[in-house]
Amino acid sequence: MPTVSMTVNGKPVSGEAEGRTLLVQFLRETLGLTGTHVGCDTSQCGACVVHVDGEAVKSCTMFAAEADGAEVKTIEGMANADGSLSVIQQAFQDHHGLQCGFCTPGMVMSAAALLKDNPKPSEAEIRDYLEGNICRCTGYHNIVKAILAASGQEVTPIAAE
Amino acid sequence: MPKDHGIGASTKRREDVRFLTGKGRYTDDINIRGQAYVHFLRSDVAHGKINAVGTSEAETAPGVLRVFTGKDFEGVGGIPCGWQITDRQGNPMQEPAHPVLAQGKVRHVGDPIAAVVAETYEQARDAAEKINLDITELPAVMNMKAALEDGAPKVHDDLTSNLCYDWGFIEDNREAVDQAIKSAHHVTTLELVNQRLVANPMEPRVAIGDYASYSDESTLYTTSQNPHVIRLLMGAFVLGIPEHKLRVVAPDVGGGFGSKIFHYAEEAFCTFAAKQLKCPVKWTSSRSEAFMTDAHGRDHVTRIELALDAEGNFQAIRTETYANMGAYLSTFSTSVPTYLHGTLMAGNYKTPNIYVNVKAVFSNTVPVDAYRGAGRPEATFQLERVIDKAAREMGIDPVEIRRKNFVTEFPYATPVAVEYDTGDYNATMDKALEIADWDGFDARAAESAKKGLWRGRGINTYIEACGIAPSALVGQLGARAGLYESATVRVNATGGLVVMTGSHSHGQGHETAFPQVIAEMIGIDESMVEIVHGDTANTPMGMGTYGSRSLAVGGSAMVRATEKIIAKAKKIAAHLMEAAPEDVELKDGQFSIAGTDKSVAWGDVCLAAYVPHNYPLEELEPGLEETAFYDPANFTYPAGAYICEVEVDPDTGKVRIDRFAAADDFGNVVNPMIVEGQVHGGLAQGIGQALLEGCAYDDSGQLISGSYMDYAMPRADDVPSYSVDHSCQTPCTHNPLGVKGCGEAGAIGSPPAVVNAVVDALQRNGKDVTHIDMPLSPSRVWAAMNG
Ligand code: FES
Ligand code: FES
Repeated sequence: MPTVSMTVNGKPVSGEAEGRTLLVQFLRETLGLTGTHVGCDTSQCGACVVHVDGEAVKSCTMFAAEADGAEVKTIEGMANADGSLSVIQQAFQDHHGLQCGFCTPGMVMSAAALLKDNPKPSEAEIRDYLEGNICRCTGYHNIVKAILAASGQEVTPIAAE
Repeated sequence: MPKDHGIGASTKRREDVRFLTGKGRYTDDINIRGQAYVHFLRSDVAHGKINAVGTSEAETAPGVLRVFTGKDFEGVGGIPCGWQITDRQGNPMQEPAHPVLAQGKVRHVGDPIAAVVAETYEQARDAAEKINLDITELPAVMNMKAALEDGAPKVHDDLTSNLCYDWGFIEDNREAVDQAIKSAHHVTTLELVNQRLVANPMEPRVAIGDYASYSDESTLYTTSQNPHVIRLLMGAFVLGIPEHKLRVVAPDVGGGFGSKIFHYAEEAFCTFAAKQLKCPVKWTSSRSEAFMTDAHGRDHVTRIELALDAEGNFQAIRTETYANMGAYLSTFSTSVPTYLHGTLMAGNYKTPNIYVNVKAVFSNTVPVDAYRGAGRPEATFQLERVIDKAAREMGIDPVEIRRKNFVTEFPYATPVAVEYDTGDYNATMDKALEIADWDGFDARAAESAKKGLWRGRGINTYIEACGIAPSALVGQLGARAGLYESATVRVNATGGLVVMTGSHSHGQGHETAFPQVIAEMIGIDESMVEIVHGDTANTPMGMGTYGSRSLAVGGSAMVRATEKIIAKAKKIAAHLMEAAPEDVELKDGQFSIAGTDKSVAWGDVCLAAYVPHNYPLEELEPGLEETAFYDPANFTYPAGAYICEVEVDPDTGKVRIDRFAAADDFGNVVNPMIVEGQVHGGLAQGIGQALLEGCAYDDSGQLISGSYMDYAMPRADDVPSYSVDHSCQTPCTHNPLGVKGCGEAGAIGSPPAVVNAVVDALQRNGKDVTHIDMPLSPSRVWAAMNG
């Protein structure tokens, strides 16, 4: 089996991958980074979103071999250096933007990509951007709020609206 | 000032930290050394006779350990149904066999025929392609009414027909209801479909079987809402493994919404195969597999009649429903259209005469079972739709007709066998009108009209029966299980507590909310309490989480166990303070004697319990650990009023939800933040049902909506921000916390509000449309407008 090498969350890694091995499989099975999830097989749900060379990518839609040599970031690499939650992660907790947590890694990765390109998105822009991330638990209300809050915009406090 | 800890505080969820950092431990994250992988070869026809399953080529494919077929399960039990319904004649329902792997026939697309276990997942999948199937396709049974005609093809050849049961509720009331309808001033009739849905928790199902030959113990890791129930059903009915040799673990579970209540064939298969092969066997469902194997929800076809007097007072309700069971009876499938639906047909109203008839029908489709709300959304939808139609026919305001008929005195015994303990339906109605800005509608409608859009508004109320429920009652009604809940509270020597609960969290936040209750009771910090759930090896026998029951039933068990802890701790404290136990008070984690300055801290009492040097050993055992099982006296009855405002584009039929207001009465609330989140999620699912979702089959039984490409899940831009309120609180009268349950309300209450709103928009613009079946896709709305 061919070997692929990449940098994941700042650490150089390599491992064997068949030609058909998906990046998400490589992350989960070979590297044991199980924070990235698989929620579908048609590239629709966004549970698998990671960053490859700074771009949000559905890791179920990319072969591991295609990420050879790339800079990959997963949810495991999102916290601050001291281990505390990053601004986006903290906003998700503060605003109850997650319930079962299964879509959450993909949501956080997508939110980070959005805020990089658009630091002060409107509610409509957030909803539009999240079109590729399905959450079955939250009804999106608090996810949208968390992202607004993470971008430094005013939101109504939790449980007081 | 809102509370910052204990009951009533919006404590942030502690479980979020692991989920937000990728440290959640879901079943698919578990890998056991030496594990093999199973791939199921599934039927691609809806109905067929299996002539042969040729496995020889697959058996010798690389990495294959064994290929299993239905033959391997001939001596093994079938997947059981947990609720027996008695029909109108007093006969038991027809109950077909449900083998782990198909035997003789396949009965729906996705029915498992063979299972290949191999060293890698890819090898298992590759080998499955080498299995030679010889199947004669048979005509598929798809339409429920046609399925009941004489000479219709049968899903199960050994049953007399495709009718599972014909149920009447309450059969003795039938004549009175017929009479009331015949003599009524006005009767409104509505025929409607409550379409088939797929629950779609974002985590697909996973099962890992493991067998320890040194102890002859089997372990199943599974994505379940109720591990003890799976252990009982699988151990006792399918595999014949006694419970002390079987452990079921449901770790972090990525949503359930009902679909992870049931015992599935894949769980039994992995447990069975692990023991046979002496190696762990893992199955991870793909989403495509989930669509054709997870139990579906709803799928009712109903005709409802509402009889009214000249003033609009409800006189009688009569319904006839066809309920699709699918090809086999899933665990609680039979109870959903009956006791979870018929008992709710009174709604929030004092209708004196009600009769519900349900015909449950087998078809060549995926089994149908409970999905968020389970029977209650079906009841609410038909009732609130027919009331809207009646109001329009009689020229009565939709708010007025509801208020006129509200139950206002409690307790209230309905004509459908349940007794509402408390409620204030006018209060939630008032609140909904307020937060929806009902009076500002005309101005908004004028604004919409300027944009060329038609604005409409819909209102409805709902009631649900939660916290299921008294074991004795459900036993009389045919349940083959008790419906109590359990908790063990273990106090450690240094004062921290561990609660082992039979409830299960798959997103509801038990790990945060349960400690709030204990912290309040004892007066200690929430961080001193840890919740353990999801593992039969370290939690007492419990029934799990569904039917919005965790806090109402599981929380009550925890309260009872904690009360026992406090009673014993007071005795210890009394000994330490040389006082009488009756005089001891516990406040803020401190025991004291009123009127004295004597006091002893919670931690000192805990330490004394485990280091009993100075301890009343002749009267009390050492240690501080108590268990309680709580069996509720009644259901709980959350209720509320929902209002939806839509804009309909007359050119395209596209519906946009502009505002949604939900006023709920959940009784007391432990964590308002979590409660609101539960309502939001339910609303999105209800709006999804109303506008987007629908599980579609073609006439030959092919599943048309088998992926997210074809099954329209609500996405962030399909739903609005919601206005929710739970300040109307009439505490439940029969559980210690006064809580009612909030998990399903949003999904139950929202579909009629949306449909009522769309019909209203069309009516205001001169279209005589009285009903559109869900989902209200642009093409359906456009067709209704232009029909
Ligand atoms: S798993 Fe990648 S989009 Fe669903
Ligand atoms: S939190 Fe469960 S799917 Fe989003």
